[in-house]
Amino acid sequence: MSLATIAGRDVHVDEEGFMTEYDEWSEEVAGQLASNIAIELTDRHMEVIDFLREDYKAQGETATLRRVTTVGGIPTKELFQLFPKKPAKKMAYIAGLPKPKGCV
Amino acid sequence: MTTTQTAPAVVPDFGDETEQRRICFICSKGNLDMAYPALIMANGALGEGVEVDIFFTFWGMDMINKGTWGDLQFSMLGNTAMHMKGSTKHLPQGLGGLPGMTAFATNMLKKQIADLDVPEVPEFVQMLHDMGARFWACKLSVDMMGLTKDDMFEGVEDIINVSEFIELSEGSQVIFI
Repeated sequence: MSLATIAGRDVHVDEEGFMTEYDEWSEEVAGQLASNIAIELTDRHMEVIDFLREDYKAQGETATLRRVTTVGGIPTKELFQLFPKKPAKKMAYIAGLPKPKGCV
Repeated sequence: MTTTQTAPAVVPDFGDETEQRRICFICSKGNLDMAYPALIMANGALGEGVEVDIFFTFWGMDMINKGTWGDLQFSMLGNTAMHMKGSTKHLPQGLGGLPGMTAFATNMLKKQIADLDVPEVPEFVQMLHDMGARFWACKLSVDMMGLTKDDMFEGVEDIINVSEFIELSEGSQVIFI
């Protein structure tokens, strides 16, 4: 666990760089995290991020891709366009959440 | 919580710069419990940015045959690891041969899978297709079973023979199920 400065504020991150404190996240932080991995956030990205954060708050774990599709209503195909290659981990990173643990 | 000091932000390695990894799955079984390993692993691989091809052969064809994919069965017979959830006591093999036992075991398995929010086979296959998996049907199996492409899930790329599969799996990791 260490502190990193992201978008002008100190936030706690794990050794990989994922944020560890839910309440330290902000949209500005998300913008910075996204640009770290070459993603420019659009409203559609933010819909996904908002769903992930709300769902995490309710469920206590990060939603899997399938859950983002079936519960969040965002088609799987689109998730791969918005967050190419490793959508589940990239979404979690930008949303300031741990990597999802579920297999499906 | 112990914190050390403020450091430059570490950015996770999402492997965007590393060489593209590829996995080919060969699905040769049409039992419900043997359909899921490939589907679940392929789902995990696609989510990790791995390119996935799935080659369906012999009874594995039932996973992409629209006449059968929604009705794969699970039998206790031949499965000596069969025991009820939460119990370590093995059920006698003879039970599996009783009328209705396959339907019963199939329903039990389907329920347990659904409880984990894992989709049924047709929906799962469609989901993998949406994630970018490519599906191939084995020519020999298609000929043997008298199938045509019209019998299969629309996302199947093509019916190919074994040498074509060997070509397309070059450089890829291959997992036979």
